[in-house]
This record gives sequence, C-alpha cells and structure tokens, in this order.
Amino acid sequence: MISLTGITKIYTVGNQRVAALDGVDLEIADGEFLSIMGPSGSGKSTLMNIIGCLDRQTEGSYLLDGVDVARLRDNQLAILRNRRLGFVFQSFNLLPRMSAIDQVALPLLYRGATNRKRAAAAALKLVGLSDRMHHRPTQLSGGQQQRVAIARSLVARPSIILADEPTGALDSKTSMDIMAVFRSLNEELGITIAFVTHERDVANYTRRVISLLDGKVVGDEPNVPSFEREGEQQGSAPAEAATIAEAPS
Amino acid sequence: MTLADVLGTALASLGSNVLRTLLTMLGIIIGIAAVITLTAASEGAQRGVSDQISGLGSNLVFIRPGAQEEGGIQLPGSGPSLFLEDSRAIEAANFEYVESIAAQGTVGGPGDFISASAIYLGQNKSTLLLATEPSYQFVRDFYVQSGRFINEEDLTKKALVTVLGADVANELFGTEDPVGKSIRIFAGVGGFGFGFSFTVIGVMEPRGASAETDQDDVVIVPMPSFQARIAFIRDPRGRTNIDQINIKLTEGSKAEQAKEEIGQLLMGLHAVEEPDFRIQSQSDILDTATQVERSLQVLVVSIALISLVVGGIGIMNIMLVSVTERTREIGIRKAIGAKRMDILWQFLIESIVVTTMGGALGVLAGIGAIEIAERFEIGDGQYAITPLWIMVSFIVAAVTGLFAGVYPAWRASSLDPIEALRHE
Repeated sequence: MISLTGITKIYTVGNQRVAALDGVDLEIADGEFLSIMGPSGSGKSTLMNIIGCLDRQTEGSYLLDGVDVARLRDNQLAILRNRRLGFVFQSFNLLPRMSAIDQVALPLLYRGATNRKRAAAAALKLVGLSDRMHHRPTQLSGGQQQRVAIARSLVARPSIILADEPTGALDSKTSMDIMAVFRSLNEELGITIAFVTHERDVANYTRRVISLLDGKVVGDEPNVPSFEREGEQQGSAPAEAATIAEAPS
Repeated sequence: MTLADVLGTALASLGSNVLRTLLTMLGIIIGIAAVITLTAASEGAQRGVSDQISGLGSNLVFIRPGAQEEGGIQLPGSGPSLFLEDSRAIEAANFEYVESIAAQGTVGGPGDFISASAIYLGQNKSTLLLATEPSYQFVRDFYVQSGRFINEEDLTKKALVTVLGADVANELFGTEDPVGKSIRIFAGVGGFGFGFSFTVIGVMEPRGASAETDQDDVVIVPMPSFQARIAFIRDPRGRTNIDQINIKLTEGSKAEQAKEEIGQLLMGLHAVEEPDFRIQSQSDILDTATQVERSLQVLVVSIALISLVVGGIGIMNIMLVSVTERTREIGIRKAIGAKRMDILWQFLIESIVVTTMGGALGVLAGIGAIEIAERFEIGDGQYAITPLWIMVSFIVAAVTGLFAGVYPAWRASSLDPIEALRHE
C-alpha cells in the first residue's frame, strides 16, 4: 500500500528552483497493475525514484505500508529497497562479467540469506531462463537480459516492482513477451507492478493509467488492458510461470 | 553480508580483470620481494659473521699493531708496532688467565700490498701466507686433518715445511695426497719477490670463510722460517715484527681484566703513554660486526619500506579509478539494497586482498630470488629467510592495502544511488 500526499520535489539549478514534482497525491493499493505515463520532463522518473526510496521528496508525505519513509535513515531505506521493492530499468542495469544466477542472487546476498542459489534458480525458472543460468549478460539477447533483471527484482519477493521503461530497448515482439512476464507476476504472485513509460502501448497493457505533466497528476483512469480486449492479439505468459519456490528470508 | 560474502565479491571483481589486478599488485610484489631478499641477505651475513667470530674459539683475545680504533677507523701510517718479543713477554709474565698464546705474521692478507702465492706443477694459487707457532692449533681451535702440524723442532731448525689450508690443498692437488710433496711459496709485489720450496707436512681441516678471510685459503709455515726467508722484506728494523698475537684465556676468566693488564704490560714495553696496538676480545669484534650489520639492515629496510609506500600509492590510484569506472555498478548495488557499509567493505576488502595477495606473491618471489642467488652463488653471503620478516611483510602489505583502500572505499560508499545509476 503506497500513499503519497502533496509530494513535491524541487531541484536547485544554479539560482533557479525547478519543481520536478508539484503536489502529487496518489494511492496505490496492493496487487495493482498500473502505469505512470507522461512525456519526458513530466517528472515520472523522479516520482519513481521517490516511490522506490532511491530519492527523497522535498515536501509532502510518503507512507509505504503505513511507514513514513521520510523519517527513515539511509540504512533503513536500503533495507526497504532490498525487501519491499524491486527495480527493472530500461538499460537492464546488469553487472558485467557476472553470471545470470549470481546477478539474481545479489539482493539475497545483501539480505544475508542462505540458500541463495536455489532461490535465484527458481526466480530464473519463473521468467523462463532456466537454460541460461550461467550465461553472462554479453552472452544474452536484450530480452533475455531484461528477464534476468526481472528475476533479480523479484527474487527477494518484494511487494512492488517498479519498472522504468522496461521495453524501451526492445523490439515489439520481445516487448510483448516481457509485458506478459510482468502480467503473470502480478496475477500469480500478487506483486504490485508499476510501469513508468511514455509509450501508449505499454500503458494500454495495464489496468490503471496515471498521467503526469509538468510534475502534476493530470489524469488517473482505470483501463481495460489490451490483452482482455476482443479481437486483439494476446501476449502469452511463459509456460514455466507456474509456481515459485518459497523465497528465503 | 558475511565476511565470506564480502571476500567472494572482492575476489570475483578482482578475477574479472586479472591483468589489471596483477599490475596493481606489482608494486607490492616488488616491495615485499625486496624486503624478503634484502633482510635475508643481511640477516644471513650477520649470522655468518657471528658464527665465524664465535667459531674462532671461545675466550680469545687478539692483539694487533696500530692505535686503538675510533669508531672502527684506524689511522694509517703508524708503522710496525707489534713484535714477537711482545708475545714472549706476555708468555713470560705468566698471567694465570692465559692458557696459551700464539704469534702470527702474514703476507697477502686483505689490504696487504704484498701478495703471496703457492705454486705446484705450474699451478699458481694466490693465498694467505701465515707464519705461526705450534700452539696456533690449540689457540684457534683449528686442527690438521691429515699429516701433522708444525712442531717445536721445525721452529728450531727453521724448517722449510708447510701445512696447507683445505682449499689450497684441494685446488693444487685435487684428489692427490699433498703430504710429502714439495711446493713453491712466493711472496712479492707483482713478479718481484722471493720464492722458496717448502715440503707439505699436513692439511688443515676445512673451516669455511671468516669475517675477514677464507680460513681455508691459507698456507701455514713455521714463524722462524718465515722471518729468515721471506719476512725480511717487511721488516726493515731489528725487531721481529708480527701481525697478530692470539691469546686463549682460561675458562671463566674475565676478558676485560686480561685486556687491561696485558695492555699495561705492552705499553710499558713500548714505552708509550697511549696504546700503539689494538687489543680486542672476541665479543668486541662481535659487537662491532653486529653494529655494522644493524645499520645496514636499517638502511635496507627503509629502502624496502619506501618502495612499499610507492606501491601503496599506486594501489590507491587504481582503486580511485576503479570506483569511478564502477559508479554505475555501485548505483545498481545500492538500488537492490546494498548499505553504505556493504559498499565500503567491498572496496576496502578488495584493496586489502590485492595487497595481501601481492604480499604473498612477493614473499614467493623473494624466496625464489634467494634460491636463484644461492644456486648460482650470486653475492658472497649466505641468506637466512626469517619468519619474522615474512610476517612483518604480510602485515605491512595488509596495512598498506587498508590505508590505500580507505579513501576510495569511502568515496564509493558515499555515492548517491540516483547519480550513480545515471553515470555513463
């Protein structure tokens, strides 16, 4: 459960104060499948960084599961990022020279969990990469790299995954596959999925579209996702996406 | 994160660029190898000197011509000031602590402008010619291995007989038995001098190199034979000038008292106020040698430590570059939940692992260098690798890594996650 009230973020550039976000009010319930849309410069990435506890707002309050995030210290934010939040980036942001399974196990390393390899293998199976576990990023296609990133974001069983233009670097066929992976995570594991995007197609795939312009929310509407509309081609969820091994804690 | 996890992360990261890691280590490897090699050499030399000085025999007092040394420096040009008569006088004084006494004269010793050589069947070996008395064996605790040593009869007859050091015997005769053979002993400057035939009567036991000379590289002749035939070129005056009086003290007697009383006696004989001779006990020589070695070791270690500091600066530089280069990686790690301390430790441990591995390789390289030096007999000393210096090297290497890594690691851990993620 995410609750934003009057979120404002002001950057000081030289002598000028620029408001990237200007009084954003937003509620996101558990298990939602939504997108935050807007042109570049609308403040959507800033909003995602704040929701993701990577950045702090200048004003306003942010309650994550009832906890006032502004009052947490750096280490506590790191723990939140590690346990409650998952990130997927446009540029995948995988570590070079590290095998897929090690990448995926990384969040568990920072949690101090044992049995990391087993949980990582299960997460990779969930995104359909069981046969690529020991490949390095340079040995994987763009779509496969993004699947590794998704596995990494979900391995710690977060309650919300934030995806910043996750299909921006992929062709349309691969994009649909990736969106389908997200959809199955939402439907089968109940993880809240929030896309940040400027693409209509991506937004249309979700059940709620929040529009942002000049740091303000200018639209917030439910949406019938494209995969439920008649006559349109459906993206298919990966066949293996059935069950997930218990995540270690 | 456990220490094992941090180590694993550091090793994986170092392993991903082996060449750079090795080059980074190089400064430390060379520094540590230098510490190990140089301390082993100086330690070996020190031990060797101590062994040999102790090996001279216990409770020895040596008297040599020349004024008392000041800080190890003897002023030259004082002329002959020690005589066979002095030796006789000490014997006659019947000090209760003098067990035995042997005078010696030498030609061809270190710093001597006259050289000596032994010649057999056209083979010419430059050596030390030592004239002494039968008591020499007991005083120096240095005995013949085959044949016999010079005796009283040789002295009275001024016999042309010689006892060979092990090296001389080996070099001139090889497996042949030298006893009974005749060799020619030559003393002079360049080709000019005097040579006489001597009959070999014995061969000394092998003894090894000493602080000043190789004790096996010697030919020993009776003192009177030496003075009658050869030594006159060194003695323009009437008295019989010698190079050294060796005195063996009785067990448990005080060397200081002996030095004092014998010194007084000789000053009376020479009619001088200040000693015109040097009188040293074995422990005096040992002290001087140790002092010299100590200051040498301080020098050696300072040079090695400077090279380690330089190596450490190199590592800090590479670590700073590495932090900049891996800014994005740091951002990713922070985004997925790495705490400040996790990042700090990652880079700090990386730096410490580099220097400690460099230290280990340096120790191996140092030991290897010593092996090679010993195998090919480079340098004249022995080498002694000490566990102490290996430990010191390791600790210094690790501490270097700690210091070199702290600042870069702190920089890495303080990076803002968003800034770091945006870094190209």
